[in-house]
Amino acid sequence: MTSDLLTDTAAGLAARMAAREVSAREVVDAHLDRIEATDGDGTSDTDVHAFLTVVADTARRHADDVDQRRVTGRDLGPLAGVPLALKDLFTMRGAPTTVGSRILEGWVPPYDATVTEKLRAADVIVLGKTNMDEFAMGSSTENSAYGPTRNPWDLGRVPGGSSGGSAAAVAALQAPLSLGTDTGGSIRQPAALCGLVGSKPTYGAVSRYGMVAFASSLDQAGPFARSVTDAALLQSVIQGHDPRDSTSIDPVRVGRDLPDLLADLDAGVEGLTIGVVTELQGEGYEPGVLAAFEDSLRRFEALGATVVEASIPHASYGLPAYYLVAPSEASSNLARFDGVRYGLRVDAPTAEEMNAATRGAGFGPEVRRRIMIGTHALSSGYYDAFYNQASRVRRLIANDFATAFEQVDVLVSPTSPSVAFPLGDKTDDPLAMYLNDVATVPASLAGVPAVSVPNGRGAEGLPTGLQVMGPLLGDDRCFRVARALEADLGLDPVPSGANAVAPA
Amino acid sequence: MRRPSRRRVSEMALSEAEVRHVARLARLDLSDDDVAELAPQLSQILEYAEQVGEVAADDVEPMVHPFPVTNVMRDDHPAASLPRDEVLSQAPDAREDRFAVPRIVAEDA
Amino acid sequence: MVTTVKEGWELVVGLEVHVELVTTTKMWCGCLTHFGEEPNTNICPVCTGQPGSLPVVNGAAVRAAALIGLAINCSVNETSQFHRKNYFYPDLVKNYQISQYDVPICSEGHLELEVEGSPVTVGIERLHMEEDTGKSTHLGGSGRLHGADTSLIDYNRAGVPLMEVVSHPDIHDAETAQAYVRELQGIVETLGVSDARMDQGSMRVDANVSVRRPGEPLGIRTEIKNLNSVRSLGRAIAYEAQRQIEVLEDGGEIVMQTRHWDESTGRTETLRVKETVTDYRYFPDPDLVPVHCPADWVDEIRAELPELPAAARARLTDAGVDEAQAAALVGTSGMLAAFDEAVATGADPRTVANWLVGDVAGQLSTAEVDFADSGITGAHVGQLVALVDDGTLSNNLAKQVVEHLVADRGSRSPAVVAQEEGLQQVSDTDELQAIVDRVVADNPDTVATIRDGNTKAIGALVGQVMKETRGQADPRATNELLRAAITP
Ligand SMILES: [Mg+2]
Ligand SMILES: [Zn+2]
Repeated sequence: MTSDLLTDTAAGLAARMAAREVSAREVVDAHLDRIEATDGDGTSDTDVHAFLTVVADTARRHADDVDQRRVTGRDLGPLAGVPLALKDLFTMRGAPTTVGSRILEGWVPPYDATVTEKLRAADVIVLGKTNMDEFAMGSSTENSAYGPTRNPWDLGRVPGGSSGGSAAAVAALQAPLSLGTDTGGSIRQPAALCGLVGSKPTYGAVSRYGMVAFASSLDQAGPFARSVTDAALLQSVIQGHDPRDSTSIDPVRVGRDLPDLLADLDAGVEGLTIGVVTELQGEGYEPGVLAAFEDSLRRFEALGATVVEASIPHASYGLPAYYLVAPSEASSNLARFDGVRYGLRVDAPTAEEMNAATRGAGFGPEVRRRIMIGTHALSSGYYDAFYNQASRVRRLIANDFATAFEQVDVLVSPTSPSVAFPLGDKTDDPLAMYLNDVATVPASLAGVPAVSVPNGRGAEGLPTGLQVMGPLLGDDRCFRVARALEADLGLDPVPSGANAVAPA
Repeated sequence: MRRPSRRRVSEMALSEAEVRHVARLARLDLSDDDVAELAPQLSQILEYAEQVGEVAADDVEPMVHPFPVTNVMRDDHPAASLPRDEVLSQAPDAREDRFAVPRIVAEDA
Repeated sequence: MVTTVKEGWELVVGLEVHVELVTTTKMWCGCLTHFGEEPNTNICPVCTGQPGSLPVVNGAAVRAAALIGLAINCSVNETSQFHRKNYFYPDLVKNYQISQYDVPICSEGHLELEVEGSPVTVGIERLHMEEDTGKSTHLGGSGRLHGADTSLIDYNRAGVPLMEVVSHPDIHDAETAQAYVRELQGIVETLGVSDARMDQGSMRVDANVSVRRPGEPLGIRTEIKNLNSVRSLGRAIAYEAQRQIEVLEDGGEIVMQTRHWDESTGRTETLRVKETVTDYRYFPDPDLVPVHCPADWVDEIRAELPELPAAARARLTDAGVDEAQAAALVGTSGMLAAFDEAVATGADPRTVANWLVGDVAGQLSTAEVDFADSGITGAHVGQLVALVDDGTLSNNLAKQVVEHLVADRGSRSPAVVAQEEGLQQVSDTDELQAIVDRVVADNPDTVATIRDGNTKAIGALVGQVMKETRGQADPRATNELLRAAITP
């Protein structure tokens, strides 16, 4: 019974709760027990360490409340009572938000993120806050100040990042759903490495209000799930215009509604044209990743899609542009962490010295590195060659996508050039770590939606992911294509392998 | 108000002195070891990033957001403020209902 | 005459004026802009820079900025952009100020001023929108920044909309700088967008001052802060010009620096030396989208512009009011409206101006009451003039009425004051005749002198009558009756 609650999908659990076969309290308790059994505090190499904070009491109270309202016949949302793990970058009253950083240790935010409000309004039950690369800067979750998260498929490997905790929580059956954020691939890459579905919505589809900012023009929140349907359901809950975020999509201004992510979800790929991005494969991608990708392309054809070559000619400039835009914005966004209003303070005789001492001690090496890159890139004499020029490259890449979407319905590529790599493998070489984002960064820069869906196993039997990219507001199309592949593959989403997390 | 013209970047890999200058701008205490480690790392990353100069001539309009919307504004209507004590409770040092900081040396702007 | 600097030198001044807008809410959030409240009560996630919070532009502030821009003859740029100005300071919650950089909302305007009777034009480079910072109090030491060991910060003011108006360095004497600031004050007050109080900080003026030999390139400038009144502005510029000239004449160099005006010593003092140009790392704020001001919207705003001070002064002088009085009427809060109201009752414009700028303003100044707070209305002044015109009040009596208006804060009309205080002229001939007869009878020597041809002596008798009537006798009628009584 318990293990069955853990392996079920969010949609499945919701249906069983609606039919009163099981209570929200039972579902929540089963997941809290699973967290207790598998998560640990990161000190043992068998700890998944997906969570930084577990709000067990709040979660149980919320579950009881959902159950009570269901008894009184109240109308509840489609995900009511379903547990969720929240990346520790969304503010939530009553629980600390650390963003994986010492500098915010102990901070209890005085307000809820819009996403947090939407989850509560939908009666999705937050179990806790998940581990992440500090300030979402990283691709392995090894940059957390609170120790790394381990990949449930192989506890000696990284879950990807920066939303590694959210990915690992869902893969480890600690929660059927989680939320992450994606600035250059921080949802899609860990989804691929943990055998999950992960989605980065169209920029502006989900409010950024209450998300601790990394790079404002790129950050988007999105779901992790073990099925495409679950991911689409969760994204439906969190998307929508928010007047508190000036960059949130207002259907009135844009002249288009946010997509209905569920209507055509099971419509299949017959008749669709799928473009394979020439620039996002080949050299630098592991053979196992490429083999799984080729297999997926054959499946799409067999399912009735037309698979064609497509080009994002400036894709190779994506990574350099990203590593200017994101650190530049971050250097400014992270200036507020100065020891005055919240978080850490390291005492010093003057305010200036206190600021510098606090920031020097509170930020980890990768965050400091990016603040330095960004500060330099924005400084007098460099702005034009760096930030401004990178923003011009963004335009070229966005134009490339627009042109491609005149010919094809979606674009596909491998999500990550490799399967999950061993902990510590790339920590000494920042640039090698950055290369993990090579396939995910172009869609981020263009603002277009992209979904990563499991598409097989690569080296060591570890999961691989396929990235489906759509035109602006074509999130529904991405999910539809991902769903067709998922249905055709019929992969088991539960981790397996010699060094996998203990089975439920 | 015009910025100085674009520089050739590769000619100027970051020296340790420049790293220290940037760290001062960013209000970041760095040890000598940090500086020694960062100088080559930052130089390498910036050299890689410098590729963006190979494409996108000046006539390409920089892009920050995918939708070209303008004039996102709110009405001048009040909204609830936060309880002072809740906000001050998060401050490392608060006195007399204010946020307290050590002596401010220079006025910046 | 304007005060000139030492012969052989030219003074060059550019002004940066920050104006706090009186919108209901702050620039990026719904917190109130009220002043004088308990510290840190008007704060929220946005204006305290809580992680994850985001700014949303207050449309009323944009409208006000365009309105001011048009009033100072600027063009409103079709597209403008918010940039981040990055610098660390504890009163700046995000450690960057959202401001405008290469494309401000308004560019290139000017103000036409009257300085000591001569027209002067001062060019305006730009007007941009930004946000105010929090307020620091310094503990320990003198309460000032220097010597303090701890500073306390109140963020009620953080995020209040600020407009910054930057002039060209077109100003060559302190009086023009003062006139420029007064004109700006008058404009924003007329527009109803700011209190523009230098003493309360809702208008803050920084003066960039340099000197040069005529014809030479611009000298190195210093920036003067802490100017709390138009008067200090003038004093500070004059002092600083003299100081710089002395340094240069002694063979020294001017150092680029910020200087603090000390009102008590009447000197400027080094606040800090700018070793290098601060690197603010401006870039477009990715949390905000551009501001678009299409031409038809600008036209709509332009149509809303009320009569501005320069136009009002011209209208008054056309109506015969003298220039200095016109300037005073326009430059005193609430006085122009009172003038117009009084004139609308049928009173003569020059007479109304005389009363307002003369006795009313004079007595209010003695009583240290602002006209705007005096309770005296245009209707009061109109009625006062009418009472003088119809002989109910003499000029002297009318002045006494004004004293009551000032003392009572205008709670009674002039007619009521005159009646209740018994200030009407005695023009009842029988009553006056009786008094005249008595004065003539009581002063036979004077009467004899007058009869002997010393007609000037009649003034002494008029004075006697006035004394008997406590000044209420109609002087003309008194004169006539006295002459009739004396003439044999
Ligand atoms: Mg300013
Ligand atoms: Zn606020």
